Parts: sequence; C-alpha cells; structure tokens
Amino acid sequence: MTPPRSAARNAGRAPGAREKFSDWANRHRKWLFAAPAMAFVGVLIIFPLAWTLYLSLTDSQGSVRAATEFIGLENYLTVLSDVERFWPAVGRTLTFTGIALVCEVALGMGIALLLWRPFRGEKWVRVAILLPLVATPVAVGMMWRLIFDPNIGFANQLLAAVGIPAQPWLSGQDTALGTTIFMDVWQWTPMVVLILLAGLTSLSEEPDEAARMDGANAFQRFFFITLPLMMPTVIVAILLRGIDALKTFDILYATKGKGGGSFHEVETLNVYAYGLSFDYNQYGLSSAVLILFFMIIIGSMWLLTMRKKAVSK
Amino acid sequence: MKRRSVMKYAAVAAALSMGLTACGGGSGSSDAKESGIVRVTLANHVWTEGIKAAIPEFEKSSGLKVELTQLGEDQLSDQYNVKLNAGSDEIDVMMYRPLQEGKAFAKNGYLADLTSKVSSDSGWDWKDYQEGPVKATTADGKVVGVPIITEREVLYYRKDLLKAAGLEVPKTMEELEAAAKAIKEANADTAGFVARTGKSAAVTQFSSFLYSFGGDFTDSSGKSTVNSDAAKEAYAYYGGLIRNYGPANVSTDMSWPEAMAIFTQGKAAFYTEADSLYKNATDPAKSKVAETVGFAALPAGPAGSKPYNIPSWGLAVNEASGNQDNGWKFIQWATSKERTLAAQKAGVPGPRASVWADSAGTSTYPKDLAEAIAASAKNGVGHDRPEVVTVGKAREIVGEPIVASITGADASAAADSAHVAFQKFLDSEKK
Repeated sequence: MTPPRSAARNAGRAPGAREKFSDWANRHRKWLFAAPAMAFVGVLIIFPLAWTLYLSLTDSQGSVRAATEFIGLENYLTVLSDVERFWPAVGRTLTFTGIALVCEVALGMGIALLLWRPFRGEKWVRVAILLPLVATPVAVGMMWRLIFDPNIGFANQLLAAVGIPAQPWLSGQDTALGTTIFMDVWQWTPMVVLILLAGLTSLSEEPDEAARMDGANAFQRFFFITLPLMMPTVIVAILLRGIDALKTFDILYATKGKGGGSFHEVETLNVYAYGLSFDYNQYGLSSAVLILFFMIIIGSMWLLTMRKKAVSK
Repeated sequence: MKRRSVMKYAAVAAALSMGLTACGGGSGSSDAKESGIVRVTLANHVWTEGIKAAIPEFEKSSGLKVELTQLGEDQLSDQYNVKLNAGSDEIDVMMYRPLQEGKAFAKNGYLADLTSKVSSDSGWDWKDYQEGPVKATTADGKVVGVPIITEREVLYYRKDLLKAAGLEVPKTMEELEAAAKAIKEANADTAGFVARTGKSAAVTQFSSFLYSFGGDFTDSSGKSTVNSDAAKEAYAYYGGLIRNYGPANVSTDMSWPEAMAIFTQGKAAFYTEADSLYKNATDPAKSKVAETVGFAALPAGPAGSKPYNIPSWGLAVNEASGNQDNGWKFIQWATSKERTLAAQKAGVPGPRASVWADSAGTSTYPKDLAEAIAASAKNGVGHDRPEVVTVGKAREIVGEPIVASITGADASAAADSAHVAFQKFLDSEKK
C-alpha cells in the first residue's frame, strides 16, 4: 500500500503516467464502469444480430464460409410470399403462444388465489406445483411423447380403461398442436403461479377489507378490487411467459422432430428456421425468417409494454 | 478518495474479465499442431460401443491419447454444421453418414483428402473394401472417408405368427401383402405389417420397395422419376400395407425406434428395416419377441428383390484439423481387418469383403439373417435416398407421397406434385 499522496507533495511537478490514467479514468468513469456490460451486449447480442441481418441479405447456403452474393431483400420476398411453410408457421406460432398464454394465466391466477392465504401443508403443495418447472423441456417432451404414444402410450391405455376410444394425440394432424400446447401449459403454469403469488402477497389488504365491509362478495372483490390491482403483475407475467412461449423450440422438436412432423403440424417459426439452417443449410433464407421473427417478438412486446404503462398510470 | 476508488474498481473489473477469458480459453484445447491427443467425434451406435472399449489398446500401441465425444445422430449432425462451418480444428476424426452428409461436406471442403493415405498401407488393404461403400466415400475421384458400417433392408418377421396362420415366409410383395392381411384378420390387436412412416425417415426404407417395383428417385441423366408408373405403384403399395394392415393408431412420425418398438412389443408380424439394427429385435433385454424373430431377404417386386446395400456410416478426417496424420492413425486402427471382424461379430455388418468371406465374420449372426444379407449384397442398390447435396430437403420432397399414401390421400397426385417439386429442387442444385 502506497501512502496517500498529498497535493502539496505533487505540487510543482508534472503528473506521472499513473496520475494521467487516473485522471482520465475519473473523467470517463461512467463509460468505464459500463464498458464490460457494453462489451457483453456487443459480443453476445449485437454481433449475432448484425451477422444474422447481414446473412439475410445474401444468398448464403451450404457453408457460411462459402462465397456469397449480396442479393438485397430477395430472401425477404421469398419468405413473405411463401404460403406453404412461412405463413402457416406464423399462424402456428401465434396460436401456440396465444392459447398457451391464456390457459397459463387463467390457471396460474386460479392456483395463486388458492395458495394466497396460509393453510396447513402449504409448503408441500408449493413444492409439488413447482416440480414441472425444474424439468428440462427436452425431457418433458420425451416424457409426454411416451405417454401420448398412440399404440403403447399410457394416455390411450387410461382412456381404454374407462371405455373411451384411443386418441391420436401427437400423431394426429389436427390434434398435435393442441397436445403440445397442453405440454407447455403443464410445464410453465407454475412459473405464472410464482409471479402472480408474489404479486398477490404484496397487495395491501385494506381495499379488500373495505369492500368486504361494504358487503361485496368474493366474485365482486376479485373482479373489481384484486384483478385491477394485480394488472401490472399480470402483464409482467404475460410479458415474461409470452417471450418464452413465442420462441418455444425444445418441446416441439423433442416430440415431432425436424419440420414439426410429416405435415409440419407443429412447425412454428423457430422450428422452421432451425430446419432451414440445419437440415437445408439455407442460411440466407433462415436468417431472413429469424429477422422477421425477431421483429414480430419486438412488436408484440412493445404493444404489451405500452399496455403495462397504461395500466400502471 | 474518488480517484482511488475508480482505480480500485477498474482493477477488479479488469481482473475479473481476464479471469473469465482465462476460463474460456482453458476449456477448449485449441493447440492442434500434431498434438498427442486425437479428438474423435462418434455417433451413438453399436459400432461405437465396441471401439470405445478397445481404445485403451490403441492408446497403448500408438502412444496417442484419444479424446472421445459421443452424440446422438441429430446432435452429431448439428455439431458438424456448427463446428465445421466455423472452420474449427476441434475435431480430428469424425463419424459421418456418407449418403446423408457426404456430398455436402465434400463440396464445402470439410473432409481431408485421404487418397494417398488409404493406398499407402497394403497390409491395411483398401482393395478389400466393397465397391458400393467405396463409391459412397469417394468425392470427385478423391477418397474422403473410410466406410465402417454397411446396411441392407431385410424382412423381420414373427415365426410363431406365421406358423399359427400356416403361412410360408413371403418371397414376393404379393405374398407379403396376403400374409399381412391374413395375420391382421386372425389377430385383433396385432398388425400385419409395420415400417417407418415419418415423411423423411421412411424414405430410406421405402427406397428398396421403389427399386423392387422397378423405379428410382432419378434416371441416369439426373432427372426426377418419382412420378413414374413404377414409383406410383411402389408408393401405393408401401403406404397401402401400412394403412390397411399396419398398427391401429398409426402415426406418420415413426422412425426406426418407434417402428422397432411396435415390432419388439409383439404388436406386428412383419417389419422391413435395416439389417444393422437386428440386435434390437433379438436381444431379450430389448425385445419381447427375441425368441421368435426370423429374417428373410426383402420380398421380390415386379423388378425382383432389390434392397439398398449402402455404407451408413464412415470415418473422415477434418480438413481444418492440424492433427491429420494422427487422425489417420486412429482410422487405420479402427478400420483394420481385426477390428472390423470384432465389430462384425458384435453385430455390426462391415464393409470388408475378406471379413464376409471369413466364416468367423458371420458366426454370430442368426443363420437366416446371414443368408438374407448375402442375398441382398448381391442384387443390392448402392443408395437408399436421393444422391444430392441437400439430402434433408430432397427426402422431405420425395417422402410426401409416402405419407399421402399412408393416410389414404391421393398418392398418385402426391407423386405428381412431388415430381414437380423434386425436379425444381434438382435444377436448383445444379446452379
């Protein structure tokens, strides 16, 4: 440890390199402290995005190191005019996210309300509810795939035991997407419960008590007191879960594989882009899909954030 | 005070970030200049299990150390897509699928030229390799891989069910259909026939039916022929067998694990699949019907019995690796006559003629399977999927009519539209 240098000792001589740097660092400290974070964002977020954007404007395919030609917006035109794979994938992505979100928030709110007031064995119930959350999505996909196997799966055996004919579940062209939504709801409702429960426990009890004194029933108290107060939390839950649901990949890939099944029945934008890159090696086209997908995500999140601001006011 | 605190925090931040960089650098050993370590990436396969157990032997005799990465088929493919694409030298030796990725990898320059290496050692004997497999691992006249596993499509069947129905083993496609029908009708919850149904997965097994009906994916000039009369008949036949005599709730997603599961659970009488997977059916630990499984050559269609006979896996050296000579040493050892014989005895059909000629090479095989393999090797066709660069896409296109046929849609119309799409695809590859 060097003793602190007093200004008097330094007076009259030119500052050394160390002081110069120290001065500089002091002047730029707000940038200096932010630098690691900025580097992190630059390397891990901005660079990949910029690279994807660049690839989407080229005819890159086969190998990303192969010579490519700049083709402007051609990939975007190809993708946007593709009614066989791209638009159905957009539809499936939005359907998947929309239905999953509605189910998860409704169920999540119900469960959170049940867990709100203390009760005996509360700790165990909470642990049990959180269990699906800790499983890896791929493992969850594999597990449900076995359960829903049309011939040897547990689900159909259970139905047979009560006299209901076997269902195609994942293998049906019309039922596959619904089955994967069910799996997503099964896995992610606990997260919504967690967020909403945190919101509920932080609510002040007074408005509720006042309403009770005024003779409001439980239904009225929920819809006119609790729900409006919870709205910001609900929107946070929708925001977090929405981003995740939009980019769901593992469950779909683990259950239906490349292309989202023989009829592309669960092919969302993510699965489609993955197939374009890893199966077809069409990097330019796949990048264009990803950029469009990115814009859809940013757009929907922006709308939700606007809504949250309006609610919070 | 202010000034000192800035300096202190800056130093901590720098140390931390350097620490992180050091961690990052330490995990991947990028020192590849003919190092004493050979980095080998292999697929999950019976062949890999055998080689893994023998690696200490290689390490002892060569003085090299083997670093092994083992992955599932799809993960392996994705790893290559990422690593080889980036020009990484982290892989020295790789197990790859010559018919699936071979053309694309060779075109992209991922595979090292082994031509001089394979011909340099007469004891190891490149001439001993069967012609079809050699062709599949050769690109533009250069040897870019060494085949390790060969496959033919054979008929798996249940001896007990055939006996109970008083049926002979089917020799023709017509007999197969009649037998499947008879068994399905006699046994309520047993399917007459099962096979792969997934659009892309089924293509390889459907190919043998296509050839046996006299068709192929392309003609000699490289034009699409998936809507030829023969092809349409083959699509209708394969899909019809599954639709009419397949499992009750048939899905259109089955690859071999699912189809094999139905067969080994005792829920199907006939199953057409690659011979290299036979252990799954005869191993009592995996199969409920291990005792009663029989094997036969693929039944003959109008053009005879023409199953595929292909090398499904090969070993190659990464062009970007700085450790190519040592990589080759590993391949030379792993594909030697002794190792090939050992692998074949463990249930992996190999590509070496001398091993097939040796009675020890077939000693562990069920007798009927060895006969079916011998017959299939004679009239086999050297590919089981379209021979193109982007195989994944081609498989999806030519697989479309299979699924249409299974679901009872108009398979002939599906073949016509697949033909248009496939021709467009073939033209785009020529550009």
